[in-house]
Amino acid sequence: METQFTPLTSLTGGALIGFSAVILMISHGRIAGISGIISSILPPSIDRSEISQSLIFIVGLFLAAPLWFLIQGEIPVQVVSDNYILLGIAGLFVGFGSVLGNGCTSGHGVCGISRVSGRSIVATGTFMTTAFVTVLVLRHVVGG
Amino acid sequence: MRILSTLIAGLIFGTGLILSGMANPIKVQNFLDFFGSWDPSLALVMGGAILVTMPGFWLVQKRKTPFFNNVFHLPTKTDFDFRLLAGATIFGVGWGLGGFCPGPAVTSLPLAAKGTLVFVPAMLIGMAAAKLTSLKSRRSI
Repeated sequence: METQFTPLTSLTGGALIGFSAVILMISHGRIAGISGIISSILPPSIDRSEISQSLIFIVGLFLAAPLWFLIQGEIPVQVVSDNYILLGIAGLFVGFGSVLGNGCTSGHGVCGISRVSGRSIVATGTFMTTAFVTVLVLRHVVGG
Repeated sequence: MRILSTLIAGLIFGTGLILSGMANPIKVQNFLDFFGSWDPSLALVMGGAILVTMPGFWLVQKRKTPFFNNVFHLPTKTDFDFRLLAGATIFGVGWGLGGFCPGPAVTSLPLAAKGTLVFVPAMLIGMAAAKLTSLKSRRSI
């Protein structure tokens, strides 16, 4: 299924993400790495000093879609696959990989690159490449 | 203020994900599909974010401390180890398979698409499993 090229909303949305990362940095001195924030509240090693701030940030994420509905009068457009086995595997990989590699699209892709971190630049190049190859195989080799 | 700043940061982050299209898995997969229905929009998400964070972080670092903390908690590692490369590789495969990364998946939970309700618990299990392996490897050293 095709999606429209949305340069303006994507650029603006990206700027909001960046703005949020700057707020976290100036108020708490923390990197807006979502995988780090989510995993910090999970066992086996819960970070008790940060658990309340992590939970509050996650509540903020939860409130975004309802707020969007209140302002826009419509639910955000979203097409999620109904191949649940595939999504289950995808979830396991995303969770395991982001924690093992110390970051995801936000921590490495946005914050790390902004800090010109060599590790983050290499990580972003790596996950972009494997994601690209995965979609290539999924849609053009397996999907035919 | 401490709580409010975090809540607002989360809310703005989630809104940015929705507005940009990052919270729409099919748009993410189209971005990654150069040889099919390619949609370059998401390059602009990263671009837009970095345009703000790069000067933003630079300005913030001129302060000695953040508002509500004693120190800036910045990553200090600089080496490219196996964990970084393996983690990024596995993460990318998962991102391509589902079109979801952690922020958009959590932001999408209230929309309650069945696929999201499968993805998020699986992601949490994956995260806990990775934490477990890192604890074990630290003990064995």
